Amino acid sequence: MSADAVPLSGRSAQAQGLGGSDEPSSPRGLRAGFGPRRPAASGEPGTRKRLSPWWGALLPLVLLGAWQLATSTGNYPASQLPSPAAVVRAAGDLWERGLLQQHIAISAQRVFVGFALGAAAGLAVGSLVGLSRWADALLGSTIGALRAVPSLAWVPLLLLWIGLGEPPKLTLVAIGAFFPVFTTTASALRHVDAGLVEAGRAYGLRGIALLTQVQLPAAVPAVIAGLRLALAQSWLFLVAAELLASSIGLGYLLTESVNNGRTDRIFLAIITLAVLGKLSDAVVGLFERWALRRWA
Amino acid sequence: MSSAVSAPASRAGSAAAPRGAGSPVAVQLQGVGRTFGDHVVLADVDLDVAAGEVVALLGPSGCGKSTLLRAVAGLDAPSTGSVLLDGAPVRDHDPRCAVAFQEPRLLPWRTLAGNTALGLPPGTPKAEGRERVAALLDVVGLARFADHRPRSVSGGMAQRAALARALARRPGVLVLDEPFAALDALTRLTMQDLLLDVLAATPTTVLLVTHDVDEALHLADRVVVLGRPTGAPPEQGAGVLRTTEVELAHPRDRGDAHLASLRAELLELLGVPRA
Repeated sequence: MSADAVPLSGRSAQAQGLGGSDEPSSPRGLRAGFGPRRPAASGEPGTRKRLSPWWGALLPLVLLGAWQLATSTGNYPASQLPSPAAVVRAAGDLWERGLLQQHIAISAQRVFVGFALGAAAGLAVGSLVGLSRWADALLGSTIGALRAVPSLAWVPLLLLWIGLGEPPKLTLVAIGAFFPVFTTTASALRHVDAGLVEAGRAYGLRGIALLTQVQLPAAVPAVIAGLRLALAQSWLFLVAAELLASSIGLGYLLTESVNNGRTDRIFLAIITLAVLGKLSDAVVGLFERWALRRWA
Repeated sequence: MSSAVSAPASRAGSAAAPRGAGSPVAVQLQGVGRTFGDHVVLADVDLDVAAGEVVALLGPSGCGKSTLLRAVAGLDAPSTGSVLLDGAPVRDHDPRCAVAFQEPRLLPWRTLAGNTALGLPPGTPKAEGRERVAALLDVVGLARFADHRPRSVSGGMAQRAALARALARRPGVLVLDEPFAALDALTRLTMQDLLLDVLAATPTTVLLVTHDVDEALHLADRVVVLGRPTGAPPEQGAGVLRTTEVELAHPRDRGDAHLASLRAELLELLGVPRA
């Protein structure tokens, strides 16, 4: 763990998911919900030349420099703003004692298990609501209301019902992952190009065959955009779970450090969350690019 | 093999020929009407199309031509009357029917070959299907593009792939909804002749909707004009206004004098006098 790469920008982009903005917000995700919009000429539609991803490292480096500068002037006490070196030292200390690895491992495990559970449920319920008018009418507004509940509001109830240990934390992460996947899946399936569906019907596709050969593939790009949002939201809900009731994990590291006045470890926890969130998002981003080439 | 056969009775018609051999199917429309809400689109359309006949449907926009085709293909149920294929009523999709739409409507995640394969009759053996798809893509001039995705080819090429998909079915009835309308003028003429070649090789009943009077006269054995009679109230549905036989053997000369006089008649009927 080193503190010299601080991709703060990555985390801030994800933080937009906090307010429950789990609509497919990327224009690619939206467009993908509809059928082929054929450009008159051949070639890839709407591809803008992308700059090198290394430009994304510029701002973190500038921030790191500013941070170093601010601490070396001595204007801020270390209890408010520890130096980058102090944060690196704190990381090294925890790492040597095997604690940092443990915090990271347990938090990552909670995110991935919770995400998998929530995303699977979101896919299932989203497909149902997207394809069946009955399910939509019966479930749509209830799920919409549940979605409006802020993540922290669930915590007391989960503790009360499920108790301590892993289950309530996994449940909270799963809740966080569920809604983005549910919303994007339902809306993508609802908006599959009617012309494509009719073409499928005209060639004898029905029921499951129509679903697997036309409707689901057409929804794939939007669903993957939803999975990406869900993963970001899983990290947010994870910290909510760990802040309140845990004895291990990055959220716990955060609260414990607040209680002990270890500002260096607060920085460490925040930076670690940023890096992990950005890394997991990048992995899903690669998968998304592959899927868009394959399915869109 | 096919769970999509609409009714046991529909097997009677094709019993004489091996299944999937694409022997042409007779189409009968009996008193077909279609209403959307209070809007009467079609009223009381009667039309007999003999097996192997090519019928072009002409008419102003919104007169229900596409609605009629969708009823034949089993994609829409008429409000009144019935559609019979070889004497059996169409209830649902019929595997003997193949449709090409105004737009290509290809699945963007499949190659042109994969899209063409969607048209193969259900239960076609893999190897035979591959061969047939390759042959059809060759017929429509897309052999080199078999592995391309729809978005990487031009609109005209995609439309040709859509035609290949329809032909892959060896349809008894080929339903074409302005299939060449979006093509440039030259490609359109090429495609019309290509269709005639295919029909000469494998006789098929064709119902073709078009806005292009010349196209109708070049392709069809019979041109049917749909619309409302002049002076009829707007809420009256459209019906068959006029049927014109085109008794001219293929290949037809596009500049033929007889065709020219038919063209003038039809254009006048469609509200464009003295073309």
